[in-house]
Amino acid sequence: MASAGLVRGTLAAVTVVVLAAGPEFLRPSQLYLVSLWAVTAIAAMGLNLTLGYAGQISMAQGAFVGIGAYTVALLMQAGLGFFPAFLAAGVLCFAVGWLLGYPALRVQHHYLAFVTLAFTTLVYLLLRNEQWLTNGVYGISGIQRPTALGFAFGTAARFYYFCLGIMALFLGAMWWMIRSPWGRAFMVLRENPVRALSLGVDTRRYTLLAFAIGSAVGGFAGGLFAPLVQFLEPNSFSLGYSLSLLLMVIVGGAGYLFGPLVGAAVAILLPDFLRFTEGYYLLLYAAAVMVLMAFCPQGLIGLSERWQANRRARLAAGGER
Amino acid sequence: MKYLVKPLFAAAIALSPISAVAQSTVYIPNLAELSGAGAVSGTNWRDGIILAVEEINAKGGILGRKLDVPHVDTQSEASIARAQIQKMIDNKPYVILGPVFSGSVLPSMELSKAAEIPQIMGGEAAAITQRGNPYIFRTAFGQQVSMPKIANYMRDGVKAKSVAVVWVNNDFGKGGRDAFVAEMTKRNIKVVADVSTESGQVDFASDVVKVKNSPAEAIFVYTNEEESARFLREARKQGIKVPLIGETTLLGQKVIELAGEAANGVKGHVGLTADAPVPALQAFGEKFKKRFGYANDHNGIKGYTAVYVIKHVTEKIGKFDSKAFAAALHGMTITPAQEPGILMEATWDKNGDIDRQSFLGEVVGGKQKIVEILPKAGL
Amino acid sequence: MSAFIQLVVSGLATGAIYALVAVGFALLWQTSQTINFAQGEFVMVPAFFVLVAIKYWGFGYWPAIAVGFAISALLLGAAFKGLVVEPMLRHGVLPLVISTVALAILMKEAVKDFYSSQAQQFPAIVEGTDLDFLGAVVSTQSIAVIVVAIGAVALLNWFLSSTLTGRAMQATAQNRNVARILGIDVERMILYTFLINGLLTALASFLISPIYLAKFTNGETLGLAAFVAAIVGGFNQVRGAVLGGLILGILDNLAAAYVSAQYRAAVPLVVLVAVILWRPQGILGRVEERSV
Repeated sequence: MASAGLVRGTLAAVTVVVLAAGPEFLRPSQLYLVSLWAVTAIAAMGLNLTLGYAGQISMAQGAFVGIGAYTVALLMQAGLGFFPAFLAAGVLCFAVGWLLGYPALRVQHHYLAFVTLAFTTLVYLLLRNEQWLTNGVYGISGIQRPTALGFAFGTAARFYYFCLGIMALFLGAMWWMIRSPWGRAFMVLRENPVRALSLGVDTRRYTLLAFAIGSAVGGFAGGLFAPLVQFLEPNSFSLGYSLSLLLMVIVGGAGYLFGPLVGAAVAILLPDFLRFTEGYYLLLYAAAVMVLMAFCPQGLIGLSERWQANRRARLAAGGER
Repeated sequence: MKYLVKPLFAAAIALSPISAVAQSTVYIPNLAELSGAGAVSGTNWRDGIILAVEEINAKGGILGRKLDVPHVDTQSEASIARAQIQKMIDNKPYVILGPVFSGSVLPSMELSKAAEIPQIMGGEAAAITQRGNPYIFRTAFGQQVSMPKIANYMRDGVKAKSVAVVWVNNDFGKGGRDAFVAEMTKRNIKVVADVSTESGQVDFASDVVKVKNSPAEAIFVYTNEEESARFLREARKQGIKVPLIGETTLLGQKVIELAGEAANGVKGHVGLTADAPVPALQAFGEKFKKRFGYANDHNGIKGYTAVYVIKHVTEKIGKFDSKAFAAALHGMTITPAQEPGILMEATWDKNGDIDRQSFLGEVVGGKQKIVEILPKAGL
Repeated sequence: MSAFIQLVVSGLATGAIYALVAVGFALLWQTSQTINFAQGEFVMVPAFFVLVAIKYWGFGYWPAIAVGFAISALLLGAAFKGLVVEPMLRHGVLPLVISTVALAILMKEAVKDFYSSQAQQFPAIVEGTDLDFLGAVVSTQSIAVIVVAIGAVALLNWFLSSTLTGRAMQATAQNRNVARILGIDVERMILYTFLINGLLTALASFLISPIYLAKFTNGETLGLAAFVAAIVGGFNQVRGAVLGGLILGILDNLAAAYVSAQYRAAVPLVVLVAVILWRPQGILGRVEERSV
């Protein structure tokens, strides 16, 4: 199937070129939207690690994005540069994820969902109520965009490249991780936890690791969210956000490298191009998700793979004749 | 890798040309909370705008150009509001209407300021007009104006020495609560119970228990519509005897409808209302009800007058010039004689704050009754 | 003291509703491994069926309630099973969870777009008169809610344990394959469970909407409460779900009054998380057997 590989390569190259040329033909609002897509896709990638590879339902990814975003905003207000603040956001979320997951993963499945749900509620209330720290319901505004080596990413176009660049970095890291021994251990966990155990994989430790790394990636996404939106308020990180990230991962295809990118595109970019659905988009989106789940729970990527496999089978059958 | 088609497809559509705004119309987009927590306010605001736009367009528009007013949903979320207003600005609007939630106004106004486009919105948080933004205009009192009026009423009308405050814990409620408590301190009135409630809360038993057990001589209730109604019902049930005081919302049509008898006896300050003894406001209320099948609240009036402000200012400057518009509206007073659609005389100061008459009212027999007209605050 | 009684009685009324909703939630989990994240919307929507029947079809109160029950059983029971749950059972738990999350959005948006975004008054079964009870004021509405809800759960419990059909349903819930071998019509038993859930959520809807008003967002809190109550109760236990609901209702009120109003939403959750970590099978639950 050399031709399929060629097609993939060409598509990938074209996508990269189109995204790279974005500022040439996209309007500022569309640049913002694509940047938001990149940031959301990173958050979804983190959740994909927890959900798609380690098989755990987390309803806390939105909360980790929130923690990351506030960490960056507050540290930058305190005079720290963007990059140390960004790093701190990821490290903090890794630590919090570890601490949350440690007890929660004693009890799995719907209990982890419950514990993460409680966590998300608590984080939202902390962000809202602890006004001395987070400025509460009034929110934080005027967050600066980063400067690197004397180069300011202030304009929409420059920050667009910045977001896409970081997203590409994370995509690469994910690619590397799922091919590493860690990633393979994660996957065994999802496919067959009992077998994993019998193979001597410390299931709890690896699940915990997947959850903590996924949370850290959520924190990094938050670290980009803050300078992108330049305004933070607690409402953005309530339970609804975690649920919509969960939907994105599943819709795109949980356990596929590119799943989160597709899922985030459907949730963030598509409404902008389906303007005629104005007001009914959410309704249609929900209905589409239900249909997708009924026919192809592997998500859109699973759907396209299945379609390709079918076509290949048909071609092969035709070739034999 | 078929899935890579997706972003490609997206990019291809993005290439398609912007729908050119025809010269015969003027683009005045409206950004509102059409879904989510702010849906009641946002829908009222939008419908007020629709009514005004229909009237103006039926009479030939402004300076011969029809108004093109698309309504865009913020889903009551700040990040979406920010994205949507950027999209509007790309299309070079003349003026932007909305949003209503202060939490969505604050991030979006930075963008309209940078683009030098006037934004006439419904937010009431004090902070909005305290940032020296020359392009932001209110359609209702900021909390820094309405709260002193309530505070005066507490001192002079209710003659309370100690009060309880029940507020909804969002930017609207918290902002009002902070301003109210500050005004109380200035007047040496003690706040003896400070009760935070949730947006969407249904059970108010514990909140009523708290204020009931406090020595408060009056209770100030500052929550959204449904929550106000639920609180009033629980308060009546537990037999609260001290006066229940509110600001605009608590005496609003929706709360009276939902709370039923429990609303009777509620008193307070009303910024804007279709029940005011002002014929223009009452006529507007009837028109609104006829067109949309429900009774408007103050947000309907805010939206309606916002459009007429655009009409009046534009006709005065004689051209569609965003910068000139903003400059002209600062310090301007519009009277119903000059522009009937303004409904009540209103003045904008250099910060974009609005000043107009307001009312003291009371709910009697399931109806809002205005007992006193308060003069302009004189900003 | 009277304040404490007030809080407990109010909490009981709210808790009784949570219990009703949680029972249905637990039943669905037992018989078909369905975690229904739209359960709250299942309580929100029936009130609108009734409002439509009254407003557009000109029905009186009781006929409208009957219509409400019928539509709920049909849509939230049978159609939910046939169109949403059934096609997804073979895919496992997660896709179904996601699908019910989407269903919740769908129902909310549909009510908002096609009925109203504003809260609606809803007629009450019982006139609200206030009674004095040990210094606390209790409305007859709250008493009616508690009585009807507890009565419904008791009736359900009796049905499940004392009738042939009920016992067949329980057998199905415990082990589908054994039930099938015993000659039980498993498919029908599962359908009954869904119908019962539809009726229970409709009942909850008609009980609370007069007090809380009917609004498209009402399901958000209720659905979470049902989920939490069911987990606390043990997830596979009807009695546990009842207990979980009542505890949550009371805890909610006490937390708001005595711990922190600003953190009222989190206090019960944090307490319950602690309970779960200490007793993962829930307060009354048994350890679930795994068939791996």
